[in-house]
Amino acid sequence: MIPLQAQLPDGGWTYVVSIVAVSLYVSLTAVGLSTLFSLPVALGIGFTDFRGKRLVTAVVNTGMGFPSVVVGLLVLILLSNSGPLGSLDLAFTPRAMILSQFVLATPVLLSVSLSAVEGVDQSVRDAAYAMGGTRVDVGLAVIKEARFGIITAILAGFGRAISEVGSILIVGGNIVYSDGQSYTRTLTTAITVEARQGRYEVGLVLGVILLALVLAVNGLGSWLRNQDRGERSV
Amino acid sequence: MPMQRRRFLASLGAVSVVGLAGCAGEGDPSGSTATQSGGGADGQSGGAQTDSGQIGDGELVLATTTSTYDTGLLGALHPVFEESYGVTMKTIPKGTGASLRTARDGDADVILVHARNAEDKFMQDGFGVNRRDVMFNDFVIVGPDGDPAGINGMDSATDAFTTIAERESTFVSRGDDSGTNKKELLVWDEAGTDPSGEWYRAVGKGMGDTLVQASQTGAYTLADRGTYLSMQNEIELAIHVQGPLQGGPVILKNPYGVMAVNPAKYDDVNYEAAMAYIGFLTSPTGQSMIADYTANGSQLFFPNAIAEEPNFGQYVPQGYTAQQASSLSPRDREYLYWVDKQVPAEY
Repeated sequence: MIPLQAQLPDGGWTYVVSIVAVSLYVSLTAVGLSTLFSLPVALGIGFTDFRGKRLVTAVVNTGMGFPSVVVGLLVLILLSNSGPLGSLDLAFTPRAMILSQFVLATPVLLSVSLSAVEGVDQSVRDAAYAMGGTRVDVGLAVIKEARFGIITAILAGFGRAISEVGSILIVGGNIVYSDGQSYTRTLTTAITVEARQGRYEVGLVLGVILLALVLAVNGLGSWLRNQDRGERSV
Repeated sequence: MPMQRRRFLASLGAVSVVGLAGCAGEGDPSGSTATQSGGGADGQSGGAQTDSGQIGDGELVLATTTSTYDTGLLGALHPVFEESYGVTMKTIPKGTGASLRTARDGDADVILVHARNAEDKFMQDGFGVNRRDVMFNDFVIVGPDGDPAGINGMDSATDAFTTIAERESTFVSRGDDSGTNKKELLVWDEAGTDPSGEWYRAVGKGMGDTLVQASQTGAYTLADRGTYLSMQNEIELAIHVQGPLQGGPVILKNPYGVMAVNPAKYDDVNYEAAMAYIGFLTSPTGQSMIADYTANGSQLFFPNAIAEEPNFGQYVPQGYTAQQASSLSPRDREYLYWVDKQVPAEY
């Protein structure tokens, strides 16, 4: 680790800590917003029958494979100073990165939570209605019943977001301040810089940190699920 | 952003080229980094900076080529600039083509690039103003030690390229519309060769990436000397054709220019800070820092902003002359232009 310190860009570990912070901030915010958006939508789609429902589901599923660089390019065009939302001054900011990761994570979250919600037995809803529940109560009852699948959905969305590099490189600009604090540089985009400069060792360390993060979050997910199982069996 | 911060400008004189030493005393060094606590914080909330020294909104977005960034030069220059002017730099390293596009879209305030023809187009289209020469080095043709094409020691870049094409030795091209890529295509063009075939690989990556890839696959490539020197430890490539810095052909020259984005095109660019940055780079302080910057024991860039002789060519597109066909002298036309533009019709 000592020789690594010398190889790190200015700022040393401050640099690493700040890019981890930016990575988590951007991806967690994007996934959080996406969850708030996706769950009601999944409930809405899951419990109503309407014309074109299969088409909507197909579009959502296709969205899971949407190339991140295309999303990045579209978001950049949208937010660029010469683009339609240029006045918001969002190009090359963390908010632009959150937007593009939101777009990328939402189909994943939506698709997985949709199948979770659809898998909830009709009787659960009937019971909730019978007990005089409002639509919100019924929705919450379904979410509670489908929590395994929903946790999986959130984890999948987070996995998509944190490991993504194409769009955030384009919309974020990979900016780090000269004191080594990251502004829009994440673990993934930092690895592209290290690879470009031939500093594979530093890139590898960043990759290990990234893996550890994903592992930790997934571990938290399965811990939650296990907690749940324990509760149930009691 | 807060208008009252503009008042600092009056005292600073953003365009000042030589005032740096004085400014270093005036500017609040801590002001530049005040907002950067905690990497997770959204830097949008830039209002927490100290009042003592801000130009515009206190942030300057620089779109620049990967060679200035990956060599570490900007890492050496920017802290000094930031401390002196209380400006926080946001540097976006891309190729020259991408930097020009970013600036064209109004998403950067200032650009530091190295492709004079593209810079000229940028100025001619009205997007760039106040161009200055900053520094130069040169390009070199590098390849595996064994030199399979046998170009070592050639004094013509075009001959070397033609030989590589004839032998079909693997050649890695940036292929990313960067300044280096533009130069490479110019050399192919001059050589009268249209590179095609499996030996010619456009990789679409930055200079560092491309050198790494050339090194791993035993290929030739065109590299700027700065990035090549700074990466010598990571790659196994030798210089086979020198640039003009060491007696090579002048076609391999590599001059860097800086210019501000025209505030008339985008009124929210930080023009004042852009001019302060141009002033800093071309000041005696900035120039000597560039000259003193070394990697692996070699100087990477040679400053050329300061000269006793006039160098008007740096301000205007190449080949530009004021003498466009007209019976009026350029001065007269200039005067009438200003009358037309500035004096109200009912005056």
